[in-house]
Formats: sequence, C-alpha cells, structure tokens
Amino acid sequence: MENNPLETKQEYSKYVDKKSPNSPILKNCFNAFWVGGLICSIGQIILFYCKYKGLDETSSATIVSIILIGISALLTSLNIFNKIGKFAGAGSLIPITGFANSIVSPAIEYKSEGYVMGVGGKMFTVAGPVLVFGISTSVIIGIIAAFF
Amino acid sequence: MERIGKQTIKFNTPPTILETSSIVGPKEGQGPLAKYFDQCLEDEFWGEKTWEKAESKIIRENVNTLIFKSGIPADKIDYCFAGDLLNQCISTNFGLRDLNIPFFGIFGACSTFVEGLCIGSVFIEGGGATNVLCATSSHFCSAEKQFRFPLELGNQRTPTAQWTVTGSGAALLTKNGTGPYITHITPGRIVDMGIKDANNMGAAMAPAALDTLIAHFQDTGRKPSYYDLIITGDLGYIGKDILTDLAKTKGYNIKSNYNDCGVLIFNKDEQDTHSGGSGCACIATTFSGYLFKELKNRKINKILLMATGALMNATSSQQGESIPGIAHAIAIEN
Amino acid sequence: MEFLQSIDWMLLLRCFIVGGLICVVGQILIDKTKLTSARILVLFVTIGAILGGLGIYKYLIEFAGAGATVPLLGFGANLAKGAIQEVQNIGLLGAFIGGVKAAAGGIAAAIFFGYIASLLAKPKIKKQ
Repeated sequence: MENNPLETKQEYSKYVDKKSPNSPILKNCFNAFWVGGLICSIGQIILFYCKYKGLDETSSATIVSIILIGISALLTSLNIFNKIGKFAGAGSLIPITGFANSIVSPAIEYKSEGYVMGVGGKMFTVAGPVLVFGISTSVIIGIIAAFF
Repeated sequence: MERIGKQTIKFNTPPTILETSSIVGPKEGQGPLAKYFDQCLEDEFWGEKTWEKAESKIIRENVNTLIFKSGIPADKIDYCFAGDLLNQCISTNFGLRDLNIPFFGIFGACSTFVEGLCIGSVFIEGGGATNVLCATSSHFCSAEKQFRFPLELGNQRTPTAQWTVTGSGAALLTKNGTGPYITHITPGRIVDMGIKDANNMGAAMAPAALDTLIAHFQDTGRKPSYYDLIITGDLGYIGKDILTDLAKTKGYNIKSNYNDCGVLIFNKDEQDTHSGGSGCACIATTFSGYLFKELKNRKINKILLMATGALMNATSSQQGESIPGIAHAIAIEN
Repeated sequence: MEFLQSIDWMLLLRCFIVGGLICVVGQILIDKTKLTSARILVLFVTIGAILGGLGIYKYLIEFAGAGATVPLLGFGANLAKGAIQEVQNIGLLGAFIGGVKAAAGGIAAAIFFGYIASLLAKPKIKKQ
C-alpha cells in the first residue's frame, strides 16, 4: 500500500492530479494550429484586397480587425462560435475573434438583466481585463518613450 | 429516534417516502434514465424569458406534480424544505412563493436534496409534522451563467469538468406509510482537502463523501455489503474512482455495489458530458425518477443515498479559496 | 482575377504558420496551466504590448503579416506602437491618446456589434 493520499493536502492534490485525465493536448494543438492559421489567413487576404484597392497600411489593418470582429459577432449570435471554440480552443480565442466573442457573449447572456446594467454593464466581464492591461501597458510604454 | 455513534440518528418509527416526482431538461431526456422521469422538457427555456424563470417554473411544476401524484392535498402538507444553487436560492423562493405551505429555504449546494430529507424526517419523527415535502432544482444555463462563463463564449471544457443537470426532483415524506422507509440519517461534516480547481468538483467532494461513509458504517456497525446499492450524488467519474479508491485504503470495499448519480444520468461518450453530471438536480432527479421506482418495485431494497456538495461560489474561487465539500447520507430500506 | 495575381502566396503561407503557432502557444497554456481564457487573453495582449514597445514585434509583422497582427499579441503591439507614435507627434500627452486611438476601430466595432447582437440574439444552450 502506498502512502495515505488523505494524509496532507499536498499528498491529496498530487493524488488527484494522477487520477484526473489530461486534456488531449496534441489533438487540441493541431486544431488550434490550423483554425488559428486559417483565421489569420482570412485576415491576410482581406489585407491583400485592401492593398490591391490602394488603401494605406493603418486603414487596412483596422478594416481587417473590424471585419473579423463582425464575423465573430455574427457567428457568436448564431450560436456557432462556441462550437468553433470548443473544437479549436486557442485557435479561435487568441485571434481578435476571441476578443470579440468575449465581448459579444456576455452581451447576449446578460440581456435578461436589461440593456443598461445587463448588456452595457456586463459586456466587459470577460474582455474588460484585456483592455485594462493592454491600454495601461501602452500608456506606460508611451511615458517611457516620451522620456528616452 | 435515537442518536447512535458519533453523528448518526436512527429512527424508531421511520418515516416513509410516499411519492416522488421529477422533471428534467432535454439533455437528460436523451440520457439513459429518460424513461424514468415524469417529464422531459423540449427546451431549456420552457416558454420563459430567462434561465432563472425557467428554473423556477421547473421546481414549481414539479412540486405541483408531486402533490397531484401523492393524492395528499397541499393543506395537509405541514412543511416544505427546498433549495437550489442560485444566489439566495431564488429559483426555489420564487418558484414556490404561491405554494402556501410553511417553507424552509435550505442550501447545501448539490447536497441540498438529502439535507432536506434529513431535516424533514427528523421533523416527522419528532412529532412536529405528518407530511413533509422536500424539493430541489438546478439548471445548466443559470448555473453556467452564475458560476462560470456566458454560454456563447467559445471556450473548451476540461476533461474533469461536470455538466450541471437541468431539472427538479421532489419527494413527499409521511409519518404513517408502508415504506420505503428512511431508517438512518448521517449528516456529514465539512471536509476541505485543498482542491482549488472548480473544474474538478468530484475530487474536491470525494474526501467529504469518504468521511460521511466511514462515519455511517462506524455508527451503525453496518458493512458496505449490507446495502444493495451505495449511491453518491455528483462525484462524477473521477470522484467515483477516487472515493472507491480511498474507501479501499480505509478498509471498506465498495466497488461492487457503489455507483454515482452523475455517472448514471448521462451517456458519457454520446453526450460529451466529460466527468458526468452535477448540480442539486443530479441526485434529486435520479433518486426521484429512477431509484425510487426500483425501491417501490423491490428490485433494490436497501440503499445508502449520499448527496455531495461543493460549498463554494464564484467569489471564493476568484479569491483563491479551496473548495470545502460536504456529504449527507440517508439509509432507505423497504 | 487581377486581385488573385497580386496575392503574395509565400506571405500567406508564413501568415498561416505563424498565426497557427501563436495559437498553439495559447493552447498549451490552456491545457497545461488551467489559466482561464480571460487570463490568457490578458497575458497575450500584455506581452504583445511589451514586444511592440521594445520594437521587436514589427519584425514579426513584416515576416508574417496578418499572422502577427490578427492574434491578440498584435492587438497589444498595436496599442504600444500607437502610444509611441503619438508621443513622437505631440509629446507626453500622446502616451494617453495613442494606444486607444490606434485600437479604436477594433474596440468600437466589438462594442457596437456586441450591442447589436444582444438586440437580435437569444442565449442558447451549447450542445457539447
């Protein structure tokens, strides 16, 4: 007989890790890879098209963001994005589509609490931290850039 | 009634479980126990505007079904013990506000159903009541919304995650009946072995289940083989595996007659429910639908029904607290 | 078909591979660390902003195009790039303006589409 797994919390935690199945990481990574790559490639094709139409780089990049966010919002409201997300994991989370999904999904979910405090108030429950940390970091970087 | 051992109460004139009823959601209605439930819903909203309203309707309609089935009019029911998972038990409070039966709202997370049966049977045995109603509900969508993420969020569930059962189970206890009887209750202690992963509830609750299981056997002097079936509420596949294992290290072999409602209620491979079912309704609907009928038909005659609960909320998880578990057991015999 | 001829297929391939690999890093974090998706998004946007601020990320964008800009790393890098550029244009005040200005299109689109979606869509259970 091995040690009693209930002896200490550490022992139990180790024991539980051993008992719990791991995520199918290879399969997950493969799906994340090709879906993520595909989403970026769609962005790239839009970028090529903007360039072909003679738009400047900054506008093109913004257009790519807006279109991908729009598609993501549409798929989220059609109840399709969560299926893509379940299949692709980080493949749909890490591109800008995941950011859009994390804003649109609470907006839909909390509609039942009204449009002001429900939709408006809860829209950033998941994505809010991204803006807080992203924008704060950019301000710090800007300040550093101003002095050096 | 008398106290035996450390934490068990033995009833001298044990109360009878007169009748049960159950309503489940569509997913449970596609599961292996579908034919045992009184009603399987077509959609999770059931004509309501919000998940919370839908859950309230489920418990309300289920209690009405129970009263109808039992043939005991509502004014003959002395007390009602009920609860659910939502903040301040709103689905129960709102669902049962027109019931007009003296009401105790109880919270024991997913152990609420057996907690209600424990208190209800003590009320009857103590002479305070003749008929007592116990009910609980849970709803996948309202639970996800409160404890985890919006339903439309494209995230992956981990293999240890469990699926909250949508539905409600209710039971009517009565003083003078012909069984099945609640003969013993073993209320459990809070046990926390430091598990913090809210996606591994089975592992967090298994030590509490073990604690209650051992207390029950020590207090009553019974052995695991005394029971036709030992059944836990919602440990799921992983928790079931852990409890079987831990019980063995303590010298109790429960492998042959032990099962878990979270394992029974879904078909793991076809329904993609990972580690199994969870939620107040998991044990409540499995008992009310499936196990009670088996007891009535005398296919099984002695069961130890043990509901497990994870006593945490979203705030405690965010604050880095571990998950305390609890388990209450009752012995039901023909 | 003139448009198809203008496509740089090698760049598209690099975009696919780099974009995919960035997502694989995220997937490993999800599966190995139990970090929630919100934390992973924060991590990516912060790292992206730092890499952008250090002037490293622009090389990846040159190499992989949308493969570097579409993942949230690119969103972070864009915030940092905007802040630095605005500082160069108008001084210290730019640190507070540049980042959000550069990302304004994406943020406004997400908020607007989110609001529209909440008007039109009803929450649904996921069948998984």
